[in-house]
Parts: sequence; structure tokens; C-alpha cells
Amino acid sequence: MKALLALEDGRFFHCRSFTGPGVARGEVVFNTSMTGYQEILTDPSYFGQMVTMTYPLIGNYGVCPEDIESDRIQVAGFIVKEYQDFPSNFRSKGTLADYLIKGHVLGIEDLDTRALVRHIRKFGAMRAVISTSDLDPDSLVEKAKKIPSMQGNDLVGNVTTKKPYFWKYNQPDYIGTGKLNDPLIWRFKGKKYSVVALDFGLKYNIIRNLEKAGCEVLVVPAKTNAATIKHLNPDGIFLSNGPGDPEPVTYAVDTIKELLGFVPIFGICLGMQLLGIAMGGKTMKIKFGHRGGNQPVKNLLTNKVEITSQNHGFAVDLNTIGKGNSVMTHINLNENSLEGLKNDAIKAFAVQYHPEASPGPHDAAYLFNQFAKVIKDAKA
Amino acid sequence: MPKREDIKKILIIGAGPIIISQACEFDYSGTQACKALKEEGYEVILINSNPATIMTDPETADRVYIEPVTPETVIKVIEKERPDALLPTLGGQTGLNTAIEAAKTGILKKYNVEMIGASEDAINKAEDRELFRDAMNRIGLRIPKSGFATNMREVEDVSRRIGFPLIVRPSFTLGGTGGGVAYNSEELARLSKAGLDASLITQVMLEESVLGWKEYELEVMRDHADNVVIICSIENVDAMGVHTGDSVTVAPAQTLSDKEYQNLRDASIAIMREIGVDTGGSNVQFAINPENGDMIVVEMNPRVSRSSALASKATGFPIAKIAAKLAVGFTLDEIPNDITGETLACFEPSIDYCVVKIPRWTFEKFPETDDILTTAMKSVGETMSIGRTFKEAFQKGLRSLEIGRAGFGGDGKDPLPGSVAGNELEYKLSTPNSKRLFYLKYALEHGMPITMIYEITGIDPWFLNQMKQIVDLEKQIKLAGKDLPQDLFEKAKKYGFSDKQIAYLTNLTDKQIEKARKDLGIVPVYKLVDTCAAEFRAATPYYYSTYETECEARVSDNKKVIILGGGPNRIGQGIEFDYCCVHASFALKEEGVESIMVNSNPETVSTDYDTSDKLYFEPLTREDVLHIVEKEKPYGVIVQFGGQTPLNLASDLQKAGVPIIGTSPESIDRAEDRDLFQAMLDKLKLRQPENGIAFSYEEAKKVARDIGYPVMVRPSFVLGGRAMKIVYDENDLEEYFDLAVKASPDKPVLIDKFLEEAFELDVDVISDGRKTVIGGMMEHIEEAGIHSGDSACVLPPYSISQNHIDEMADAARAIARELNVKGLMNIQFGIMNDTVYIIEVNPRASRTIPFVSKAIGVPLAKLATKVMLGKTLDELGVTKEVIPPYYCVKEAVMPFDRFDKVDPVLGPEMKSTGEVMGIDKDLGAAVAKSQIAAGQRLPTDGTVFISVQDKDKLAALPVAKNFHEMGFTIMATKGTSLFLKGHDVPTKLVKKVSAGRPHVVDAVKNNEVQLILNTGASSQTKQDGYEIRRAAIKYKIPYATTTDGAKAICSAIQALKKEGLCVKPIQDYHQENKHV
Repeated sequence: MKALLALEDGRFFHCRSFTGPGVARGEVVFNTSMTGYQEILTDPSYFGQMVTMTYPLIGNYGVCPEDIESDRIQVAGFIVKEYQDFPSNFRSKGTLADYLIKGHVLGIEDLDTRALVRHIRKFGAMRAVISTSDLDPDSLVEKAKKIPSMQGNDLVGNVTTKKPYFWKYNQPDYIGTGKLNDPLIWRFKGKKYSVVALDFGLKYNIIRNLEKAGCEVLVVPAKTNAATIKHLNPDGIFLSNGPGDPEPVTYAVDTIKELLGFVPIFGICLGMQLLGIAMGGKTMKIKFGHRGGNQPVKNLLTNKVEITSQNHGFAVDLNTIGKGNSVMTHINLNENSLEGLKNDAIKAFAVQYHPEASPGPHDAAYLFNQFAKVIKDAKA
Repeated sequence: MPKREDIKKILIIGAGPIIISQACEFDYSGTQACKALKEEGYEVILINSNPATIMTDPETADRVYIEPVTPETVIKVIEKERPDALLPTLGGQTGLNTAIEAAKTGILKKYNVEMIGASEDAINKAEDRELFRDAMNRIGLRIPKSGFATNMREVEDVSRRIGFPLIVRPSFTLGGTGGGVAYNSEELARLSKAGLDASLITQVMLEESVLGWKEYELEVMRDHADNVVIICSIENVDAMGVHTGDSVTVAPAQTLSDKEYQNLRDASIAIMREIGVDTGGSNVQFAINPENGDMIVVEMNPRVSRSSALASKATGFPIAKIAAKLAVGFTLDEIPNDITGETLACFEPSIDYCVVKIPRWTFEKFPETDDILTTAMKSVGETMSIGRTFKEAFQKGLRSLEIGRAGFGGDGKDPLPGSVAGNELEYKLSTPNSKRLFYLKYALEHGMPITMIYEITGIDPWFLNQMKQIVDLEKQIKLAGKDLPQDLFEKAKKYGFSDKQIAYLTNLTDKQIEKARKDLGIVPVYKLVDTCAAEFRAATPYYYSTYETECEARVSDNKKVIILGGGPNRIGQGIEFDYCCVHASFALKEEGVESIMVNSNPETVSTDYDTSDKLYFEPLTREDVLHIVEKEKPYGVIVQFGGQTPLNLASDLQKAGVPIIGTSPESIDRAEDRDLFQAMLDKLKLRQPENGIAFSYEEAKKVARDIGYPVMVRPSFVLGGRAMKIVYDENDLEEYFDLAVKASPDKPVLIDKFLEEAFELDVDVISDGRKTVIGGMMEHIEEAGIHSGDSACVLPPYSISQNHIDEMADAARAIARELNVKGLMNIQFGIMNDTVYIIEVNPRASRTIPFVSKAIGVPLAKLATKVMLGKTLDELGVTKEVIPPYYCVKEAVMPFDRFDKVDPVLGPEMKSTGEVMGIDKDLGAAVAKSQIAAGQRLPTDGTVFISVQDKDKLAALPVAKNFHEMGFTIMATKGTSLFLKGHDVPTKLVKKVSAGRPHVVDAVKNNEVQLILNTGASSQTKQDGYEIRRAAIKYKIPYATTTDGAKAICSAIQALKKEGLCVKPIQDYHQENKHV
């Protein structure tokens, strides 16, 4: 079915929908991972964004229930060069198109995605609309301009969990919100490290990794306040990834401020940005973001390079922290940007990239063990 | 950490001659490494016997030893050069094995030479099956169950443990020679026997078959700080059971989810660490069970490989160059990524296109061998193609193959849809073969369901579906016919259909389609290969075409020249032509002209992104080349360096208005067209062997009678002497003519007088149209009738009288002048009964250009390029022929050990895959070096077996005498023995194979024969001779099939006995030329 993609700056692309009729709007970004589209689709950090895959052939291995990173498709639209309707993989349980249709997400193909990517590289991520009914470029460009900007917009509320949950049988085991008042809620207290994970758009694989590192993870809604968390008496606190601009997520910053120094804290992506702000730093929007699985990051403590999975459009300004006890621990080798920081005094550390991978390389998985060790040392 | 300062001088070992499984990819990687190390200020010493390489150019390394790649040479060079380090991982398996063997002698310890890149331990761990298994077990990875056997009883024991089907792999052979899959005990017995025979240590490994599993490769790099990155994943279209070199492969992997891909990635990194490859690139092969994802490690190569060359070209990441830098101490995060210029080598390339590699086979040259693909590699070359979809890349790859196909069928070359069916179809699908891709098409056309094709072939349904989409679109195009609507037209181009296919399917001409397409505005755009999927700006202009909207080609206003490369390697057209193209590019750079390379061969130096100013990785067809020309609007296009491929395009391109520089296509025609050629020779009063042309057997009979037997017959317009044959009588003629006419029904057969027992010479000249200078004259060691590509030759000539030399030089000059040659020309002369004949004229770069250039120290291809740009030879300082005060011998390297049942005799059809060069002041020593470099193990004592035809007996006599005098025992069959005894040469009598046992082949098997001289292919002796020659190949016993060849070997052995061989760098030899 014919479709049109129009960007806010007037550029447009004729294309075809492979998921039937529909309209999609959001910020167009691109991801350079050659595999892992299902993880990307379900990553809450992409909320409000339409993801362009730079690899042209997508759908090859179908979809598989084990590969989800949240309970639904999160992207606002999906843009590929050539959709593959004949998946082949022993784990595949269906086609990507059916999966998108079920999730009510528009997928388009048959456009020059490389041209689109180059456009975004040059002019930055931008708002856009895809439509299968309105094929008039002018009209669609106007619609694109009307989409609210990412910057200054709190998107966390859209993706955070409504109810707290534990992790059981590789899926959420929801509990009543009221249970959060009960410090005896932990099922493995003493056997595993009790970790409260503030869900700003948490990827399931983070929980899997934390559990593997010996933690019992209790995922709580983003607006859970510091007092509640303290009352739960956790051994550690995890600040999750999530979508959009950290600046407007003021409630989380307030919560984190109160938790600094309480128990060890580990943050990933948006979690790091919120931690940075809580520690007095500032964040900024970067031109077209890092989204892919091949970014080299150097661990300045070991001098080893990790190939990392990344997905962020905002970053902590390196110049605004580094005061006091905060030190830079990781640096992006492509552009020398801040990728990790720590503050030993308050036993907090965070990385901008995604050690949980999914999709992407596992090079940084050691960070979950590192968190467990910080907790252990703190308890000792 | 920065580069090491404690190392100054580094020795690199090259891969030697081009053989099956070791082709010019090692010139590409070796050249990159040499350049990278020189760039860092190291002194680079190189050993490589292959003169056709850029690597052995005197500019590539500081001291280039064109000597046999053997431990002995390594020892001598180390003694002479005293390098600080030895880098063994860039010369393929040959380089690696040679380094290890040299290390075992203690030479490295003695002279304190450090092995860098990979240690001896790491190499052993990766190469030794048992050590490898232990290593994999330690990190929890599985390799196929296997066991060794040294006799048939052990074979049985081990096979019982593993179960059928199983794979038989002979130990210590190259590229899996002699291996195969056994489905039952009968096959097991046959393969094991052959395998034990083929193994140098009489050992075979029997291995659990993972037949039908999916095969993947990962290219990995590691630095000494233990940073590891994956450069590329590759998925084989053919399932396990077909050697990866014979598989169609795709990058990146297509049918793995991220979870599975990351598993392979984790495993590869763990393997790098466990094996302990300190620095550099490695390749890890995996098999994945398509039913459940079970993973098995097939093997790992702790060195750069064919796959790493492919991965480099597929991603733009120069693995060999980076490997060299890592070996001297850099870490990945200290090396910039050349392609982007702004990022580092420490990352993993992301690609936004699909890359398909398709092997190129030459079974047609070995009709005795079954066209079956197994675990032993048989392809001689490959093409790579890039597209935005698999379908596009796949069809581009197929039309790059130089097999006369315009894509995935749809070009009128296939049988009618549905006509191939039943058992034939099923057999061709189930038994991998060089034409299987097309049988997949027939199956799809026949309506065979994909699930069934998958079951029969093991080829993943994903790929089959892609092929089906092409087949389905073909039907649509055909249905639409002349009124092909725009959207379908566009779709066809996006699916990789060439104009030729569309023209065939719509019953229009190529030109009509071209015009219709352009009228609709459907033209390709060029996209960049940038390592990063457009995330960063790319600095290096490396392009591929596709049908999209945005074109990224940065077209300059500079004066520029397009060089058309040679496409895939095949027998008859190999690395020599790539060498010339690369030199053309160098010359353009020197002249300040923008160089643009077009080629489709991923193994080559020409397709390295920094060889030319721009690289278009494209098929070499009229359509694809014209698009580039239309985009770039060059000052000129060079067609005379890439061999027959670009030459065949010359006149079409010229007709389309493309400026061909150098010798004109009309002149090329005058040399190739028989009548024009005859007229020219008549005009110049030059002689060619009597000849005629025949369109039927009756005509041929008449022509042959007029000329007189023996005659040489061949179809018109062939490359590499394809289907060329010497015919001695009418019976032979009838037999041949049937076959030839069957092969090409509408093409005539050419008949030439065969110059029996004539001397043959190759002469390469350079000319600016007015002045012509002889580049080199090469006297063939074998008499006329052996294809010049297969014949050993000597520069300068050693037995030709001066008046003949002068006569040939005069003739060459006259022809060059007459054809207004601007550039290079090659002439083959024959001298019989004191008369000089012109056998063939090729007004283009010949196969011998690199050899001659190395011999005389003059870069002929480079100079020829400058001539094409308008320089005169005087301006270039090329004034007279250089005749070196030493002998250079070129010897051909044959692939007979790869092809079962083939009679390894030389003839007018070229069969060699590569060449080596031996240089020495003494002719015998130069021959010895060439023989050793070609893999012949020349004996200095023992027994020589001699069996020659009657007509060769007189010629063989002095050879026999010489061997006798050197203390060899002469063993001979009855006729030869009687003759030799009659001439006072004592012989030991042995039975012919047909005369009962024990016979000569038994003697060969019992290691009682060290050298074989066996001529003749007359029908009576054919079978006997055949058995002997096959035995020689199997037991790697040096053999000669011509008396001239035998003489040369005899002189070589004399030289070996007199004194050992010396080593001397090419730079020193070239110095001597200056003092002549």
C-alpha cells in the first residue's frame, strides 16, 4: 500500500506500508544495528520515535516471544528498506508484519533509507509523519511541524510500569502497589541483593542481567518516592533507561537526590542522565543521537575498549560534572563524549550506553557484576 | 601503546603461487601489510616466489626475495638479513606453515627473531585438531566428534564411534585435498584409502558430519591489550558439506536473530583469547543446526584469509593493514579508520547493503573430473557484488562471473522452464555442483515447493524465497512484454535485472530497453561503502550502484581515467592482469590524473580502496560500465590491462562513444580477426603457420589435408586455449570436430599447421605508436604446442641464435607500428626449421608483463599507461631493451591434484592457476628455484623413471646419460630400456602398468622412484602414462611430460648438486641491470 513519509523540514519520501493502512507520527531516528529489530521495537526508550533501520533487509528471522524488551511495541513507526515476509529461523513464531499490525504500529518500506539516514545525520533527528491516506507532501509536512518536540517533554509517564513487579519465569510478576509499604516484600532477602529498579522505561534484559548477577529486582513506577524506596530497605537502587529528555523528569531527579548515598546506585542511559542532574550536572540534546551496536567505549579504569549498544539522543554535559568526587569512567572513542561516571563517596555509578545489550554486544555485561560487588562491599 | 621501537626489521612470508584455495587475496593482504609497516618506518623484508604480485614489486618492500617459499629460503634470508621479527600470518596457509617449519629448526631462536602476530604456540593450538579440541572444550564450545586413523582398521574403529555420514579429511594437505563425505562403508573405504594416500603423513581424520547445518564465519581482530572486535559476519548460502571457498556467501549474516548472532560473537572472542592469537585478524567458522540452533565450532584460522579479504572489501575495513599495525604494538584505539577519517579502527563495521560472493569454477577445463562440490575447494576465483537487496547483489554477482550469464537466468541461456525435471533435477539439487544455482531456478520454475528444495539442498528457505521472488518477477516482466510499466521496470532494476535480461524477456533489443529505461529516468545511483551505515561522513570514495533516489558519487572536474579490471580469477585470466591494472592506477597518480577502478573481484589489490582515487565495485558488463562512464565522464578508459574481459567490451564501449585510450579497438580487431590479421602479416611480409577455417567436418578434413598433419584446431575466439587441440590424423580430427562443433554450433573452427618440435617464444613490447622497445623475450622450455600460460620460460632466451632474435624484434616493431600500438603488445613466435613464424599477436597487456617487469626491473604496465596518456617512450626514458645478466625462469603451477582423474599432461589448453619465478646467474639454478617454488621436490640422488614415446627417445638420451653420470639409477619400461641400453645407459627394467605386477606405479607407491620422465599421449600408451602421471601427482613426485622439461629438470638437479641455492633480493638483481 502506498505511503508517504514527510519530515518537518519539508523533505519527503514516497514509500509503501507493509502493515496496511495507518498514520504514524514521531521523531525519526536511525539505528545501525544489523540484527535485533524486535528488541529495538520493544525498547521503551524509543517511545515517541520512528526508527529507521540502516540495514536494508528487515524481518529475515521473524519474531520470537523471548526477544521482547517490554510488554509491547514502543516505537511510533518502523522504517525499513525492504521488508522480508518470509522469515527463516528455528525460533521464529511469526512475521514481523503481523507483529506490527497486532501492535498497531505502522511499518513502511521501499524508500531510500540511506538517503533518509544521511539527511538526519546532516540536519539532526526530526519530527515526521507517515500516512497511507494523506499522500500530499505539503499537507503532511505541515502535520509533522505540529508534533510536540522531544525536548522539554516528559515521556517517562507513558512507559513506566503502572504496578510494581518482581521478575519470575522470565517475565514480570506484578504485585499490588500497596505492597510497596512492606519492607518484608522481598522473597530472597539475604540470599540475593535486594534491588529496587526505578522504571523510566526499563528494558527486560537489564532485569535478566541483574538477576544473573545475584540480585532480586523489584521494579517500581517512576514516581515512587524516596521515602517509599528507603522504607523497602533495598541493598541497591537501579535507575533505568527510558525515552526522551531528562530535564522535565523533575520528580525522578528529586527522588534520586534524596537517595544519593543511601545505598549503592547504578544507572543506565536516562538513568545516568537523571543521576547526573541529581548530582548537579546538566544534560543536552545531541544532534542525531547514538543508536546502534558498534560504538567503541573505553573504560578509563582498565583502559580496555568495549563495543557497546547505544540508544540515546540526550547526554550529560561533561563539563558540568567532574566536580567533587564525580569522575569520568568511560569515554566514547568516536567523539570523546562522556559514557560513564562514578562517585565513590556516595557509591553511585552509571553508564550512558547499554551494558544489557539486547540488541548488541555483551562486552559491558561486567557492569552488573560490578554493581553486585559494590553492594556487597557496602554491606560488609 | 604506540608502536614498538625495539623492532626495526620485519620479515614477511608471502603465499607463493596462486593455487586453488590460495589466490590473490594474499597479495592483497600482503601488500597492505608491507605498505602499513613501511609507513611506520620499519624495514620490510619479503619472501615470495610469485612474480605476478604487487607484493613483490621492488617498491612494496625494502628487500624483496623472489625465491621459493620454503623453510630453507627463510633460513637463508634470516642469516643474511638478520631481521628482528617474523610476521607469519599474512601469507596464507603456505606462509604460516613455512614459518612454523622454519621455527622448528631453531633458526628464530638462534638469531633472536621474534614471531609477531601469532606465536608458534597459538598457531599450533589452532592448527592441530587435538589441541584445538582441548582448547574448545576448556571454554565450553563443541567441535565435531572426530578421530584419527593411520590405516584402514583404525578407520573402521573410528567410524563406528562417530557414525555415518562422516567426513574424511586427510591430514597435512592444503585446502582439504582428497577429502570428502562418506555416507556408507563403501564410500568410507574409498575416501579413506585416497585420503591416506594423499596425506603426507598417511593419516586421515574422520569427523562427525554436520552436513546440512548452516555455516557462518566471523572475522575477528584482537590487539595486544585484549581489545577484540568483529569485523564482519558471513553466512553461507550452501549448507555445511561444501567448502566455504566453494559456497555462495552473503554478508552480513541474514538469518540470525541478535541473540544467536551475539552467541557467535561471544564464542569468537572466547576462541581468540583461548587460542591466544596475540594480535591481528582471525577467522572462525561455525555450523548451526537449523532445527534447534545447536552450535559447533568448525575451525579457526589464526591468520588473514580469503574470507578476511572478502570481509575487508565487504565492509571497507582493511583487516590486513590493521593486523600489521597491531603486530607491531599498536592497539585498535590508536589506529584511525581510513574510510571515515574521523573515527577509529576500534569499532565494528555496520553495513547498509547486502554483499554476495559467488565462486567461479572451471570444470569445463577438466572434463574428466565430475562437477561436484565437496569439502575440498575447487573454485579458482570469485566475484563479489554489492546491492541494497540480496536479489540485486545476487544478480549482479551472477553477471559478474564471466560465464556468459546476464543474471539469475532470464537471459535465454537456460532450457525451457519445466523441461528440467525429475531425477536430473533432483540429482543436480542434492549433489552440490557448479551449476546448482541455476538448477534452483529450474526447480522454482518447475513449481517445486521451497520446503522441498530446502529438504533436498539444505539451502535456507530465506535464500530460496529471495530467488523465488526473482523468478516470479521474471514471469511478470515476461507477461508485461513490450509494455513494461514504469513501476515494474523500476522493480526489475531494484531486483538486479540487467537490461539484457529485460530485453530477452520482453523480446526487445538491449538498446531498445536501454533507451526506454533512460526515457523513464530509471538510472542507477551510487552509494558509498563507508563502514558505518552513513552514521559518519565517509572520506574514501568506494562505490556500488543501486536503484535508489540519492546518488552519492562525488564527481570531480579533474582529468580522470577509468581502468577496467579483469573480474573473477579463472584459468587463463588471473592476478597478472590485476597487477597491470594496479600499475595503471599508480601511473595515473604519478601523472596527476584521477584514477577510477572498476572491478568485481574481491581478492585483488585493484579493489583495495586506496589503490585508486575512486573504486567502483561493479560487474564488468557493457551496461554497468557505461553507467559509470556516463556519471564520471572520463578523459579515457583503459581496456588493455584487464585481460579478455574489458577487451571484449572495447568495441561496444567505443560505439557508445566511450573514449578508449591506448591501442584502438580497430587495431585490437586487426590482431584478433583472422582475415585482417592475415592481411596485415602479408602486408608486412611476415609468416604465420599455414591455416584455414572450417564450418563443418568435411571442410576441416580438406583444410587439414591441404595444410598437412599435425594441425592445431580450436574454436574461434577463445580464452586460455579453451578446447584447443593438436590433431595428428583424420580420426583424431573427426573425434575432436564433433566435440568442438557441439560446443559452439554457430562458430567456426580454426585450423593451423602445428609447428612440431618448434621453439616457442613470447615477446612483450611497449610502444608509443612510433617507437617500440622490446620489454622481454622469453624462450619456452617446453616445445611449441604447450599453451604459453602453462609453459615454463626463460628470460633472456638461452638457445636462440642472434639472427632469429633480431628477426623477431624487427617483426615486433613492424607489427607495433602497423597496429599503431599505444601501450603493450605480446607476440608469440615459433621457430621451426630456421624459420620464424608469428603464432599470435595480442595488442594488450599479457600474462607475462609482471614477470618481465620483475626480470628487467622496468615497470612496463606503468610506462604503458603513461604512453596512453600521450607521453613518448623517449620522454619516459625508455630507449632500449634491457637484457639482464642473469636468468629468470617462469614456471606454471598446475591444479591437477585438485581434480580427480585428470591426465596431468600439458597441451594447448591452459590449465595452470599460477606461476613462480626463479632467478639466478646460472640457468640450472634458476630452473631449480622455479621448480622448487612450484612445489616440485627435486631429488639429488635416487632413481629416475624414464618412459618416452619413440619419437622422443633420441631427445631423452642425453638426459638419461646425464642422470646416470650424476649417479642416479635409471628405471625404464621395456622399449625405453632397450633403447637406453643400446646407447650404453644401464637401466633397471620395470613393468608397464598394463604388463602385470609389480609395475611402475607400485614402485612409485613404494617410494622407489624419485623423479618421473614420461612423455606421450598416443592412444596405446595413454592409459599407462596416465596411471604413472596420476601416481606422480598423488605422491608428489616431480615429473616432466616433455623431453625439454626433463632437460630443464636435469640441469636444475645438476645445479643443486654443484652448490646450494643462494638468495638475493630483486633490488640487487635490478642494480646489476644498470651496469650492463
